[in-house]
Amino acid sequence: MPKKEWIKKVLVIGSGPIVIGQAAEFDYAGTQACRVLKEEGLEVVLVNSNPATIMTDTDIADKVYLEPLTVESIERIISLERPDSLLASLGGQTGLNMAMELDERGILEKYHVKLLGTKIDAIRRAEDREDFKNMMLDIGEPCIDSVIVHDVQPAVDFANEFGYPVIVRPAYTLGGTGGGFAANEKQLREICADGLRSSRVHENLIEKSVAGWKEIEYEVIRDGAGNCITVCNMENFDPVGVHTGDSIVVAPTQTLREEEAVMLRHAALNIISELGIEGGCNVQFALDPNSMKYYVIEVNPRVSRSSALASKATGYPIAKVTTRIALGYTLDEIANGVTGCTFACAEPTVDYIVLKFPRWPFDKFVYADKHIGTKMKATGEIMSISTNFESALLKAVRSLETGMDSLVVPALEALSDEELEIQLHEINTERAFVVAEALRRGVSIDHVYDVTKIDIWFLRKVANIVEMEQALRLLASCEKLDRDMLMDAKKMGMCDKAIARFVSSDELTIRAMRKELNILPAFRKVDTCGGEFEAVSPYFYSVYGGATEAFNSGRKTVVVLGSGPIRIGQGIEFDYCSVHCVWALKKAGFDTVIINNNPETVSTDFDTADRLYFEPLTPEDVWNILEIEQPEGVVCQFGGQTAIKLAKAVRQGGYNILGTDLGDIDAAEDRELFNQLLNSLGIPQPKGTTVFTADEAAEAAKMLGYPVLVRPSYVLGGQGMEIAYNEKHIREYMDIINLNIQEHPILVDKYLLGREIEVDAICDGENVLIPGIMEHIERAGIHSGDSISVYPPQHIAPRIQRLVTDYTINIARSLHVKGLVNIQFIEYAGDLYIIEVNPRSSRTVPYISKVTGIPIVELGVRASLGEKVPAMGFGTGLYPPAPTVAVKMPVFSFEKLNEVEVALGPEMKSTGEALGLAETAEEAYLKGFASTKMAIPRPEEGGVLFAIADHDKRESLALAETFAALGFDIYATTGTAHMLNHNYVGAQPVPRPGEDTDTLAKLFDSGKIRLIITTPTHGRDPHRAGFRLRRMAVEYGIACVTSIDTAKLLMKCVKLGDKAKDVPPLGLHDLIL
Amino acid sequence: MAVLILEDGTRFEGTLFGDKRGACGEVIFTTGMCGYQQTLTDPAYRGQIVCMTYPLIGNVGVNDLDFESRGVQPAGVVVSELCELPSNWQLKKSLDEYMNEQGVTGIYGVDTRALTRHIRRQGAMRGWIVENDQEAAALGAIDSDVIMEASCKEAHTVSTGGDVKIAVLDLGMKKSLTDWIVKKGAQVSVFPANTASEEILASGCDGVLISCGPGNPNAYPQIVENVKALMQMKPVMGVGTGHLMMALASGCRVSKMLYGHHGSNQPVKDFARGTCAVTSQAIGYAVDGESLPGSVTVSHINWNDKTVEGLRYEGRKAFSVAFVPGGLGGPFDTTYLFDEFLAMVRDVK
Repeated sequence: MPKKEWIKKVLVIGSGPIVIGQAAEFDYAGTQACRVLKEEGLEVVLVNSNPATIMTDTDIADKVYLEPLTVESIERIISLERPDSLLASLGGQTGLNMAMELDERGILEKYHVKLLGTKIDAIRRAEDREDFKNMMLDIGEPCIDSVIVHDVQPAVDFANEFGYPVIVRPAYTLGGTGGGFAANEKQLREICADGLRSSRVHENLIEKSVAGWKEIEYEVIRDGAGNCITVCNMENFDPVGVHTGDSIVVAPTQTLREEEAVMLRHAALNIISELGIEGGCNVQFALDPNSMKYYVIEVNPRVSRSSALASKATGYPIAKVTTRIALGYTLDEIANGVTGCTFACAEPTVDYIVLKFPRWPFDKFVYADKHIGTKMKATGEIMSISTNFESALLKAVRSLETGMDSLVVPALEALSDEELEIQLHEINTERAFVVAEALRRGVSIDHVYDVTKIDIWFLRKVANIVEMEQALRLLASCEKLDRDMLMDAKKMGMCDKAIARFVSSDELTIRAMRKELNILPAFRKVDTCGGEFEAVSPYFYSVYGGATEAFNSGRKTVVVLGSGPIRIGQGIEFDYCSVHCVWALKKAGFDTVIINNNPETVSTDFDTADRLYFEPLTPEDVWNILEIEQPEGVVCQFGGQTAIKLAKAVRQGGYNILGTDLGDIDAAEDRELFNQLLNSLGIPQPKGTTVFTADEAAEAAKMLGYPVLVRPSYVLGGQGMEIAYNEKHIREYMDIINLNIQEHPILVDKYLLGREIEVDAICDGENVLIPGIMEHIERAGIHSGDSISVYPPQHIAPRIQRLVTDYTINIARSLHVKGLVNIQFIEYAGDLYIIEVNPRSSRTVPYISKVTGIPIVELGVRASLGEKVPAMGFGTGLYPPAPTVAVKMPVFSFEKLNEVEVALGPEMKSTGEALGLAETAEEAYLKGFASTKMAIPRPEEGGVLFAIADHDKRESLALAETFAALGFDIYATTGTAHMLNHNYVGAQPVPRPGEDTDTLAKLFDSGKIRLIITTPTHGRDPHRAGFRLRRMAVEYGIACVTSIDTAKLLMKCVKLGDKAKDVPPLGLHDLIL
Repeated sequence: MAVLILEDGTRFEGTLFGDKRGACGEVIFTTGMCGYQQTLTDPAYRGQIVCMTYPLIGNVGVNDLDFESRGVQPAGVVVSELCELPSNWQLKKSLDEYMNEQGVTGIYGVDTRALTRHIRRQGAMRGWIVENDQEAAALGAIDSDVIMEASCKEAHTVSTGGDVKIAVLDLGMKKSLTDWIVKKGAQVSVFPANTASEEILASGCDGVLISCGPGNPNAYPQIVENVKALMQMKPVMGVGTGHLMMALASGCRVSKMLYGHHGSNQPVKDFARGTCAVTSQAIGYAVDGESLPGSVTVSHINWNDKTVEGLRYEGRKAFSVAFVPGGLGGPFDTTYLFDEFLAMVRDVK
């Protein structure tokens, strides 16, 4: 079927800010979609509020709108641009929801916009629980039996009919509390009654339990002519009960007989045919491990996280094919870019195993609830490829960058057998390691299976790894390690460092030994066809034993180190930078190679770089690739802390670092060297020192005077960073920091409560270009990644701006920066201090590039290659500010993370960001808030609750006065209410959680509170009242602002009132040049 | 260390499993990912050494359900990792035990991707799985009469229900072929490959299905003659090797492909329906597209390499496809062809 010729101009909706459950995979999908549309000669209009994405680059779409993803905002864009069609199935749930809302409100019809791909009806049928269930019944696909009850007896009747065990899920409870498994009537009566009590609407969903069944996913794709294929099937290591986003997943299925796989494949195809999906679709099943019984759990009628994984796992580009299908092409007309000779109608077949491991944020949120269940908690994921499960798992563990390189976790080794047995029953993020530890102690596989229901096949593989560990440990020295055993360990995926630890040797000795014995990795191609056709895709993974398919190209090559999994503090921004780095290097005539392991990203699209290595980012894994590629240089400055940490290993391996050299990186990151540098330049910084132990830290803090900032060196996102107000805090934080072995000293600095300023700069070693100065709304003490950042600065005096420029130039020159540098300042009492210098790209680079029109990464790469900044055409020094205002706002995922403190602090907590871009600052703030789903409160919608820490009380008074004057009802917790009333601001006192939680809960439930302004006292203790109050706010879905500065900004917007409604959209193309 | 030696001298080291007596056969590869039990019992692989491109084989062991014939059909099996301790609710024995019981040799620990890439470039060729090089010479040549070996020896009835009588000419068919025809509502009788056309017609059948199977169809002129006679008398459908026999019977040329089509992901375009379906194939030969007489038209082609994979025979109630619709070890997206066939049969009846 040829392309639909009437399509000329397409509106593409992106997925917005990164939140848990909706991450970089939609940048990958959206970018692919836009590229396809452009290849087809269509005009592309893109709307996405997330500036850190490749898809919002002006060369990806013809018109780019960094505008809020709200119906109002999109309608304005539609009326301005008048597209003839809409592509929404690549923008995650956000895109799909927008499409449905636009349709429901008649906007698509009004402007004659046709939805491409899957039809609205089909989407609705897949998304509506009841419709979907009925449709499944019609076509004979089984859904899990369930019933909604408001009383105990119907639940018991249901269980009697469908059998035990059942799950009780109370509707609308706090953080999914209440409910649980009932194995018999007695339990059911108890749990159900409890659940009804805890449910706000006195309602329980009773569902037949299939916990412990195998969870199997199918990625299927169908065209408008009805052709459909499965791209990939996947099996969850964790049985049903754990969200697939939080499960370890392998592809293809490993423990299914063909008949089982074919049965589910058939069901998946049956479902998408019946739904009439046009494009990619994900179907999840629960399969009984002891019969052919199965249930359809869920259908996602769109490109999803799993489809990004399936695309990377097989080489089959689901988003691209989906877009072509949306344009009218059929599968047999769409070429397979990997083989160059086959078509999209051939089902991929693989000759390896792929493993996905989730990356959770619990290294940062130490007190958070680490249990995993039906609510996804991972911020990102990594993928590994190998020819056996063992090595796929061990590669995955290395790729996570959680400080582990084997299945041995010292904290688990320290548990008693009884404690470990308890852990085995817990379903938490450590599960795989707990299983390994249990097997290590001789717990039988059968017992582990009985407890966990993880398939015996997987458990045996884990046992194989554990046995190899034991065998190596028994050798006790590397002299006894023979070639066969070393080869077996390497085939199993063990890294040299771990092997060295087991045989009491060191990494380099094992490496040397391995090379001498000719035990070298081979790199194999991912080709979609199991080797049946010669592949043209340059997409590799390593194995031990066997023939290699990667060869030195003989051309001038540069290797770019990627940024690994998305985590808090190191997000999609660094993938943006890595991709732009690759493009800049290609432009400069180099062969480019990227090493990365994140399946969600654009950088791991096999046609981004000339060659892609899907591998862990550790010294050993990187050396192996560098040995094949023999690059002219390695780029370490765009992949965040992951890449910069590898600089030392790159040099150690004898390779060149392209850009700022190792010594200079150290001069910026090593505290002592950095102090010397600033002293010599006469640039002030807050007083500080470095320590290793808690005692030293306490001593240092005493000398500096409290409060002090405590943090490890060489970290990103302020990991382990805290403000300490007394010695107790110091000791608590030092304990947390030292949970991980610290190779570098810990920094203790005087904490200055001033205004934070940030710049990114390009330097060629001598000349410096500063694209722009960014001002933070929140004062120091809140991590820069969590602050609202405004460009150009609105409150910074010219004198300070000049100082920022001068200091930046001096520092960049002195550090011989070749490429990018990011510097953070504090303006305090009229003086400017340096707080941090990062000799690499930063998370602000994408947004500043977009709003200034300066291709920062490209210029950085060119500077690294030796080009002089003045010759680049943007001048030197501070670039003139744009006539528009851009506000970057943080976006959080607190509702997904139980027991995490909501109040902002020096450690980063946001998972994503959104941009507000407008001609005035107020409009930009409005758009920014809209993009982060913070609707501007109106007095008729409810009141404002104040719960203010003592040190902020004075400042909160003016805020409360203004809100009261604007007509808002003011509520306040006891102490705050006392203060407000004392100052003639009428505030209704409310109890704090712990004093009278029920009353508070009733108040929250009543809808009378629209906004909560609460600032934290200090410490991370989850039992504090303020902490509980903020958690309750999240769980009741009430907007919660935790800094006086943020609240002031919000108030400005409130004051704008109805003016807020008519802010016109502003496209990137409108503002640049 | 055991070795797989190819006739061009290329060697792949590994370790023996199953019956360790050694094997000799044409080395081909199959890209299916989890249906190894079906593959190993599919008579289309009779006499060959099958390399599994999926590297983890034997995970679910061997059970009592997933047989396509009574035993292991290939002469030898090549795998990367062999699962020694399988797990599945239907598990009866490990693949190693089963192969040993069946007297078939396997070799594991082989770089199957390198072997696959070699075959892909150089073509399917003879190979030996042996403990040491000397043994290779001692092992015999490839069986020449694989169809007769794979075919049933006696005519028998599979099902007596159904409104039409279908005779299946067994050229080494897989069990799921008759299962499907039965499922679609036919009475089914099966005849050995060398059964004369008269005998089949005398059984009173309403239509004939020429089955899939192993080997080079050009080596069986007698079967081709029989098929020709059947095509003149009754509605006939051919699958796999049966398709090739019908093509030969209609005057087409059939020649060997470089490495054949083996796997369950082969895309096939159906011109009549305008669709493209995923099919399961195990075939080393193809109809030469240049050789078609005027009365034969192409109905299907393989969308990967554009080989002819389906023919309609004008003036006859007959069609054939190179793949096997359905089958335990593969997708059943094309089983509508059985319906078309039965409709054709019912139409005539």
